[in-house]
Amino acid sequence: MYRELLALSWPSWRAYRVWQRNLDSYRRYYWASLVGNLGEPFLYLLAMGYGLGSYIGEIEGMSYLQYLAPGLLVSSAMFAATFEGTYGTYLRMAHLKTYEAILATPLTLQDVVLGDLLWATTKGLISGLIMLLVLLPFGLLPSPWALLLPLVLIVVGLLFSALAMVVAALSPNWEFFNYYLTLFISPMFFFSGVFFPLTNFPSWVKGVSAFLPLTYAVALSRALTMGEVSVSLLAPLLWMLLPTLLFGCISLSLIRRRIIK
Amino acid sequence: MGKGIIQARDLVKRFGELTAVDGISFVVREGECLGFLGPNGAGKTTTIRMIYAISPLTAGELYVADYDIRHHPRKIKGMIGVVPQENNLDPDLTVLENLLVYARYFEIHKQEAVRRAFELLDFLELREKKDRLIEELSAGMKRRLIIARALIQRPRILILDEPTTGLDPQARHLIWQRLRSLKREGVTQILTTHYMEEATQLCDRVAIMDQGMILRLGSPQELVAAEVGEEVIELQVGEDEEARIKGFLEGSPFIWEQAGDTLYLYCSNGREVLASLARYPHLRLVHRPATLEDLFLKLTGRRLRE
Repeated sequence: MYRELLALSWPSWRAYRVWQRNLDSYRRYYWASLVGNLGEPFLYLLAMGYGLGSYIGEIEGMSYLQYLAPGLLVSSAMFAATFEGTYGTYLRMAHLKTYEAILATPLTLQDVVLGDLLWATTKGLISGLIMLLVLLPFGLLPSPWALLLPLVLIVVGLLFSALAMVVAALSPNWEFFNYYLTLFISPMFFFSGVFFPLTNFPSWVKGVSAFLPLTYAVALSRALTMGEVSVSLLAPLLWMLLPTLLFGCISLSLIRRRIIK
Repeated sequence: MGKGIIQARDLVKRFGELTAVDGISFVVREGECLGFLGPNGAGKTTTIRMIYAISPLTAGELYVADYDIRHHPRKIKGMIGVVPQENNLDPDLTVLENLLVYARYFEIHKQEAVRRAFELLDFLELREKKDRLIEELSAGMKRRLIIARALIQRPRILILDEPTTGLDPQARHLIWQRLRSLKREGVTQILTTHYMEEATQLCDRVAIMDQGMILRLGSPQELVAAEVGEEVIELQVGEDEEARIKGFLEGSPFIWEQAGDTLYLYCSNGREVLASLARYPHLRLVHRPATLEDLFLKLTGRRLRE
């Protein structure tokens, strides 16, 4: 594995052609996809923020709706990138043989994997941007620093796309994704500070939470939303970028092992 | 070894314990059609997958248009059109979009791509279907579209892995005509096939493979004449007569072999043989010219594979 990681050569700008192919195919069903992207986080916002929020006082000095919004924003990007990175990648790689078809052209596997990674990131970004548009009229983006939130969405998208593509590369069948979604993504959604701070939880929960990448995304998103910006935010940013690079390389290496025979 | 557009020297491909291609060497001449024939598992597909740089070599050397496959896979893939064994058209896209999206992988300008796409849709008689989705096409149409897709970049070399397997005779003959017309335009073609008739129709030379090795390489006519002879007499014999006939053949100068209830006599003087067989009036026999299929079965044996 170590040798394979070193042997990876750089992808080229041709990855853009793969991204374009995915966009062309997305055009055929984007309404259905958008409804899916938007539906769930929006429901959470409405049901928990307004419904539950009216029974809850302030959390960390803000309304519950305000507390919830930044976390749901990054979560929507996480879910969209995750689904595209798992199901979408697997569909093209194992089922439709799209990878095989593209590899017979001047593109290399690096280009194809990077193109798919950027596409899953784009899906995350689209989903997050729609969520931003929803939050705006509610007055839930009080600070001008919120203008930087799309960058956070891109980082979140890259990270969860890379993770998802590792899972897709390992997956023997569609059912395999349930493990990842149920055992990793769902718990993370609840224990990364989206819905409640972890201050009152036992220390081991906090310890686990410190390993969940969404925790850092939520912290970053909340800080920008509320305008509490400082140099210390570079730490969570780094904690997202490093694993992105690592898992990106691992996914490429695993997909190579699976595809190139 | 003569110089050609493709030169392969001692190519080896192993998958773990299995040696799929076992040290083969060959040259493909510019403008010719070379066919790889062989039973399932002979290593044909593995060989051509190495040529279009999708499957790395385990050992050996492979040059395409003087480019080393290990160092210039992008360049090489840019001049090869590939018709894979399995259809891998893009089901999310229409017929026309399949061609246009594929053209982008070769950095063909949109306008030029559209022009070529319509030209190819006409060439392969698919223009009416241009806005259909892939799932709406018949097997023959899919195959034609995949050939069109391979041609969108105007390849110097066209690689076809079983181009007509599973198609009806009409679809097969249309594809053969198109491939011959491409050959007249100078496109080098490499194909694998199970159909000896296809190889005879299309190929200037054939490489007969078995167990990862090339057993014979040459023009079909020359190989057949050298290995089988000019004529074949098939004798279907009943059990009661079998011993007597075989006894007669043992004592004769004829080359023959048995497969099931049929004896095959290979010869260049069929009339004389027939005359000497006249003493067995109840024989059911067929006298016909020797074909590539005789050669193929002679070299690779008649037992089933897989």
